[in-house]
Amino acid sequence: MVEKALISGNEAIGYGAIYADCTHYFGYPITPQNELIEFMAREFPELGRTFVQAESEFASINMVCGAALTGVRAMTSTASTAFSLMQEGISGIASMELPCVIVDVQRGGPGAGSTQHSQMDYLLATRCAHGGYKNIVLAPFSAQEGFELTQLAFYLADKYRIHVILLSDGLLGQMYESVELKKLEFPPLPGKDWAMKGCAAHNYERTFIHNAPGIIGSYYDFMKRSKEKYERIKEEEVRYETYEIEDADIVLVSYGSTARAAMEAMYRARKEGIKAGLFRPITLWPFPREAINKMTEDKKNFLVVEDCMGQMIEDVELAVEGNAVINLVGSMDRNLPTGSGMILSKKVLEKIKSFG
Amino acid sequence: MRCTNEEVISASPLRVFCILLLEEDVLQREVSKGRKMEDNNKDLRRLISGRPKCFMIAGSPLCAGCQHGTISRIIGEVIDDLGIVGKTIAVGGVGCHSMLVMSASKFDLTTALHGRAPALGTGIKRGTDGKAIVFTLQGDGDLAAIGMGDLINATVRGEKLTTIFFNNAGYGTTGGQMAPTTLIGQTTTTTPSGRSPDTGGFPIHVAELMAGLAGVAYSARCAVNTIAQYKRTKKAVRTAFQKQIDNIGYGFVEILSACPPLLKMRPTDARKWFEKHMFAEYPLGEFKNVDETKIQYQVET
Ligand SMILES: Cc1ncc(C[n+]2csc(CCOP(=O)(O)OP(=O)(O)O)c2C)c(N)n1
Ligand code: SF4
Repeated sequence: MVEKALISGNEAIGYGAIYADCTHYFGYPITPQNELIEFMAREFPELGRTFVQAESEFASINMVCGAALTGVRAMTSTASTAFSLMQEGISGIASMELPCVIVDVQRGGPGAGSTQHSQMDYLLATRCAHGGYKNIVLAPFSAQEGFELTQLAFYLADKYRIHVILLSDGLLGQMYESVELKKLEFPPLPGKDWAMKGCAAHNYERTFIHNAPGIIGSYYDFMKRSKEKYERIKEEEVRYETYEIEDADIVLVSYGSTARAAMEAMYRARKEGIKAGLFRPITLWPFPREAINKMTEDKKNFLVVEDCMGQMIEDVELAVEGNAVINLVGSMDRNLPTGSGMILSKKVLEKIKSFG
Repeated sequence: MRCTNEEVISASPLRVFCILLLEEDVLQREVSKGRKMEDNNKDLRRLISGRPKCFMIAGSPLCAGCQHGTISRIIGEVIDDLGIVGKTIAVGGVGCHSMLVMSASKFDLTTALHGRAPALGTGIKRGTDGKAIVFTLQGDGDLAAIGMGDLINATVRGEKLTTIFFNNAGYGTTGGQMAPTTLIGQTTTTTPSGRSPDTGGFPIHVAELMAGLAGVAYSARCAVNTIAQYKRTKKAVRTAFQKQIDNIGYGFVEILSACPPLLKMRPTDARKWFEKHMFAEYPLGEFKNVDETKIQYQVET
């Protein structure tokens, strides 16, 4: 029998980490992800795994880096303002090509912004920090999917030796849902013979993993390897879900918590005879560009629903190559354009009706 | 990515492997102080011949007269003596201080972002279930400026790590700017009229600061200007590693390390300047050496 639990979206990610055999968690408190660090503090030591409360996100991300260097499954979780703080560390992890998982439960910004939900970190998560590297970005839209994508995140991280960002948000994180707890099966992974454990583990040949690919070793090799890796990921790992798009004239494009409001609006529109559909990217990088581009062949138009001033819309614009009309339902369309307002299906429906 | 030594060498200008550049006048002075010439020569031969077993033959990216090389050698000798090469993992900070070990070590190593070595070291130590012997190499910019929080908090968390702190009173790598350890009145490229307490503040005494922290088992300040100092430094570094091996607490050694280009002096003059000024501000000695970390007060749970 599958175990079921009524848990928050944040805790679902924690369970995902446990089921993925993540053994090392490092974090620092910040709203709206606190339920996750607290879950880890409770559960990890009980299971004989490592929990460390760091003194800052500078430290937590660099601890993740150190643990990942030794080959264990390591993760951290944070929220927007502190996700910014981690960027140098994440770039360092990219330079070392280390597998690990970083959870960003988005809150409002810029600056300290608000402590409540938003989707304002899309560009930071998908375009990354300095140095032109790429990372996989996974976006769940329910607690169940958060649980499952966390397991997938660890698998993809190890498969490609890359870090994976799990992009959640305050709404998803703090909402309680029933989750089926089940370990996902994945194909076998390559061994981590590169991991650093002391040179005795490698026949006294030293392992030197460093963050200066342009100073030590061959920059050319690093760039070539990275490029090939990114191309492979783009080819093999694009994930998305579609709802009612076949005959749709207008397709909503939405991820994470807003995809739920968008979905409701889409079905309400259908009831009123409007041919609407929903396209929900699950990987924000690699972005399902081709799939969106393909829809332009049927003269579909797009309404991007995201809780910011327009970030993912840039990817949709790139995808359609000028062949469709694109509108936005953004933060200004919250029921209250304040820290606690949110995008409701009513507003999305209005925008569907007034599309053009 | 695992790099071959050749790749490392190709990345750094191949210069003399500075093992220990005890210059003649220093030796002469030892002799004039009554030390037997024979002993002196024996020491000298031992010091400049060969290299620690855990070092490969490698090019040194350091300037002539840079004492970072001497300190690196001491670290190598201690790792040899303790027989821990197979389980040692070094974490290099950003700066000249980690460069020689980076080129030469046979033990595993990695590089931290500027200031983050104790955090990275924490991850490694935890990742290996405490089995690896993890130490950080850090300079005064890396440790006392950008990385002060990481160091202190690593001791606050009770990490069992070892830190070797190269204090050269300025930033070597970036061209001689002020560090938190720069002396009052000392000119650097960012204190062109000398460090002033009004605008530039005060030199920081890290070894003393560390001694005051509960998680620290050992803290000392050393130098490498004479053979006697060399020996004392080696003993201190060894003890700082031993505290980690015995799982007692954080081991810390600050070592004064002359940087001739920073002072715009010849190596011999730079060393004399260090003896005159740095030793006055930064007293050498052991500030803490305990066999257990103390709990002051505990709430019943
Ligand atoms: C975040 C960041 N800021 C600045 C630098 C540039 N930087 C490289 S080395 C260095 C100073 C190193 O000085 P110190 O730690 O004293 O080492 P030394 O070279 O003197 O041994 C600086 C500021 C950097 N690499 N990273
Ligand atoms: S600049 Fe100073 S610290 Fe750097 S290698 Fe030269 S002497 Fe050593």
